[in-house]
Amino acid sequence: MPELNLTSAPAHLRHGSNIGQPLTRRDGILKVTGQATYAADNHPPGMLFAVIAVSSIARGRVTSLNVAAAKRHPGVVDVMTPDHKPQLAIDPEIKTNPFVFRMEALHSNEVRYANQPIAVVIAETLEAATEGAALLAPRYETLPPLVGLDAGESFVPPVVGVGNPAENHRGDVEAGLASAEKRIDATYETPPQYHNAMEPHAIVVQWDGDRLSVDMPTQGLMLSLARIAELFGIAHDKIHIRSPFLGGGFGSKGLMGGPPVLGIMAAKLVGKPVKLVLRREQMYGPVGHRAPTRQRLRIGADGEGRLTALDHHARTVSSTFDDFYEPAADASHTLYAAPAIRTSHDAVRVNTGTPLFMRAPGEATGSITLESAIDEMAWACGMDPLAFRLKNYAEVEPMTGRPFSSKALRACYEQGAARFGWAKRLLQPRQMRDDAGLLVGWGMGTATFPALMFQAEARAAIRRDGSGVMEIGAHDMGQGAWTALAQIAADGLGLDVDRVEFKAGTSDLPDAGIAGGSAHTATAGAAIHSAGAAVIARLADLATNDERSPLFGAGNAGVIARDGRLIRRDDESRSESYSEILARAGVAEVEARGTGAPNPAAMEEYAMHAHGAVFAEVKVDPELGQVRVTRMVGAFAAGRIVNPRMVQSQLFGGMIWGMSFALHEEAITDRRSGRIMNANLGEYHIPVNADVPPFDVITVEEHDPHVNALGIKGVGEIGITGSAGAVANAVWHATGVRVRRFPIRIEELLTQL
Amino acid sequence: MKPFDYVRPASVAEAVAAAAQPGAVFLAAGTNLLDLMKGGVSRPDRLVDVTHLDGLDQIETLADGSVRIGALVSNADLAHDATFAKSYPAVAEALLSGASAQLRNAATVGGNLLQRTRCAYFYDTASRCNKREAGSGCDARDGENRSHAVLGWSESCIATHPSDFCVPLVALDAVVEIEGSNGRREIALDQLHRLPDDAPERESALEPGDLIVAVRLPPAARAFASHARYLKVRERTSYAFAIVSAAAALRIENGKIAEARLALGGVAAKPWRARAAEDVLRNVAPTADAFQEAAWRALEGAKPSGDNAFKIELARRIVVRALLLAAAGTPARIPALPASPFASISGAIHA
Repeated sequence: MPELNLTSAPAHLRHGSNIGQPLTRRDGILKVTGQATYAADNHPPGMLFAVIAVSSIARGRVTSLNVAAAKRHPGVVDVMTPDHKPQLAIDPEIKTNPFVFRMEALHSNEVRYANQPIAVVIAETLEAATEGAALLAPRYETLPPLVGLDAGESFVPPVVGVGNPAENHRGDVEAGLASAEKRIDATYETPPQYHNAMEPHAIVVQWDGDRLSVDMPTQGLMLSLARIAELFGIAHDKIHIRSPFLGGGFGSKGLMGGPPVLGIMAAKLVGKPVKLVLRREQMYGPVGHRAPTRQRLRIGADGEGRLTALDHHARTVSSTFDDFYEPAADASHTLYAAPAIRTSHDAVRVNTGTPLFMRAPGEATGSITLESAIDEMAWACGMDPLAFRLKNYAEVEPMTGRPFSSKALRACYEQGAARFGWAKRLLQPRQMRDDAGLLVGWGMGTATFPALMFQAEARAAIRRDGSGVMEIGAHDMGQGAWTALAQIAADGLGLDVDRVEFKAGTSDLPDAGIAGGSAHTATAGAAIHSAGAAVIARLADLATNDERSPLFGAGNAGVIARDGRLIRRDDESRSESYSEILARAGVAEVEARGTGAPNPAAMEEYAMHAHGAVFAEVKVDPELGQVRVTRMVGAFAAGRIVNPRMVQSQLFGGMIWGMSFALHEEAITDRRSGRIMNANLGEYHIPVNADVPPFDVITVEEHDPHVNALGIKGVGEIGITGSAGAVANAVWHATGVRVRRFPIRIEELLTQL
Repeated sequence: MKPFDYVRPASVAEAVAAAAQPGAVFLAAGTNLLDLMKGGVSRPDRLVDVTHLDGLDQIETLADGSVRIGALVSNADLAHDATFAKSYPAVAEALLSGASAQLRNAATVGGNLLQRTRCAYFYDTASRCNKREAGSGCDARDGENRSHAVLGWSESCIATHPSDFCVPLVALDAVVEIEGSNGRREIALDQLHRLPDDAPERESALEPGDLIVAVRLPPAARAFASHARYLKVRERTSYAFAIVSAAAALRIENGKIAEARLALGGVAAKPWRARAAEDVLRNVAPTADAFQEAAWRALEGAKPSGDNAFKIELARRIVVRALLLAAAGTPARIPALPASPFASISGAIHA
């Protein structure tokens, strides 16, 4: 891959700091001119094309494949099957750590879900490989598949999400419900959803002896590298992964899945470079999804609208062969100050690819139901939904009693409501109409997402010419890491962003941790910040210990770095440029490493969450039942905002996703076959431009001294939460019809309008 | 992909001859066919590319006042032809409510008429489908079928025809000009598509090699221009097929309906002309009551083919609304959200 030519548009506004400036994307020009190289754009000489054949049944066994027919097809080079494949170093079914998920690496004839890879055809052209895969004409021994939330005996999973207990409680929920003056008991359903990143999963593989070169979009370079190393029995330093750009990941490219492993195996089998790209419909199976849920909420309130109990139970599914449980009920841990809260989960196993993290896993599914139920409770109490939420505002985290590291939610409510004009809302549903007679509804939802931190490392250097280098294997999924992290690097190095060579996106760089949990900017940013400070300290050592320097004797603490100079803190007239310091010391560069990691003591002491308030207006045709979102306002408090432009885009994207959750997205599974019947972007609906109204995003100022050194909370996922519920609640307010199955469809409204 | 022959005939006669052999299909824009081929749903031996044939991309007004639309005119070009849109506003509105801007730029008039159903079981080669493979069975009948037919379906097929364009065309008595092995003939568009009965694999009245060369709207169709609308209900504002749609056109004289035209989309294997409803609207005032009566007539005989009973009630309401909109008069400009119940909303991004 050629060196990236990242640029920033001229005339950025800067007042001494890079952080906080709305820089445009440094990779923007590359992207809009088609020069950004995504994994599948790589074509090493001699490359062959691999196409996966997938199972059309959801449960059973492959009894035969017509390999001979496929091989006879002109251009087909080889067919990889369970009987003909390179050996892996370890069984892919073994979970070597909690972040390993079981995958299909053609190690068995068993079929566990529809669209499971069952063979790989390798050919000289994509067309030949595609036809070869069709010619395999698999025969099966078919068993009746397990489909849906009632497919079998339910059980309580050992953990939900990432290591969360399946059940939590504080206080006596039954007593709280018994003492309540008003109660609601409502059951909601959310459908299976698929990530549908615009860029399909793709890999281009070249083996050179035992060295392996991989182009592959990944949200976790080092996790992928470690997984490849153990599966293929090669040392980490023999593997090089390039992932400069992802066309979206949303959790589906976080952990190494089966398809890229098959690409690496295929290249090994044929001894040539191989490209393997999933077709859109093949993304509905082996690369994760958001599991369906059925959630029951029982809520009680006293005569003044104060919550007495909150009981949130979620049923979900996992695959028949691995464990991931959507932690939907956990959404009730943090938001509303009920004296008694219980959350619980159970699950059934179904013939599906293993569900996985999908943008706001648990938070999204749990938020739409919790916010709907809180809305129902507010109505039962005869209260305005915002007043009800304020009445039950949590001053400490309800489930744990811990104080919040910071919480500007009240300001979010105030600013969002003011911008939206919430005060003019009529309490009763179905009271508001526009000039054309359309029903108008206003709804709101509270947004929340934990402020997480993982572990990361960065390397910083300052060079003789006064420029800086920052290296970290960070991931740009489209969220703007190339820009935001470079801004943090520039501040850490006391340089303008244009004077910093920021390197990211390859596995030979220091580990940036996974780009997930909305924690990448915080985690990688903390490592960058610390590496920057460390290299400046080294530079300061050189200057302050050298009697020829104007900074001699200042000591580290007495020097600040700004605009490529070290400046004596107590006397700004005494300063020296980086290049002068290095030139006199006779060194080409100084370098240092830094790390970013969560602070266990702070995490013990504080509950750390970002918050927000989302307000939505919908219009509903009173006879035809068609719904349209006409306005949304989101106010979010997420600590320090590194780049307001990128953050606004992230929050817009999240809010659109929330609207999509409420009104559009649903994978439709045939209940008899377990096959997904709308595995394409024509029929799996997400909003189009014409569905998206003017959005307004407010970022509420929030200073958090505890989450991490930079005070960053993360914005990648929070936009979905709150938004989905706000839209659903607006539909109720417009129509008086409470739909508890998502997405809200015309037939549910039509009969009750 | 299965290897196939690709031929590019120089004349309509050559095209007809080239496509007459078994396994041959015509290729125009390919917005549907190429997807079907990629999915293994359609596996032709020979593609006969008609996109370079001369003389099929014209919109002409004939001496008798008819308009003749060449089969290769793109959906976008037709919708944006100002004269055409003024004369046949419901047709233009239907075109602009279909697919996406990119698809409309590519898709052709002839191809639109012959697009295949969007039944998921037809597209899913692992499912049984009598339309894709005669006699194999219908997995849609007891499957996920909320969007399937409520009129004219049979036990062997419950698929719908997805076209928006065809709905106002059939209401306006469009005629299809066909070039075949035995020369030129023409049939009413209403006769082009077949209901499934026990042979859903036979979707149209076309014989092998038959090429649609033009669609013609008769002079009388112009008389509805001031009261003609298309209305399409769906859960996404663009790039989604209708759950149910309707084209309504009225000729109003002295405060009474002299003649009404009504057709429904998304309800049957063909664009559904509702003649019984048209009959009750003759010589009556354009009132909501009259339109309610027409709606009941239009859906006479409708029955659910699965989880889609709501479509019958929805269709009735759409008929009433479409007729009310038509009675109110064709808007001077096609709304930014064509055919949408939200057409009145300002500031919307164009669908």
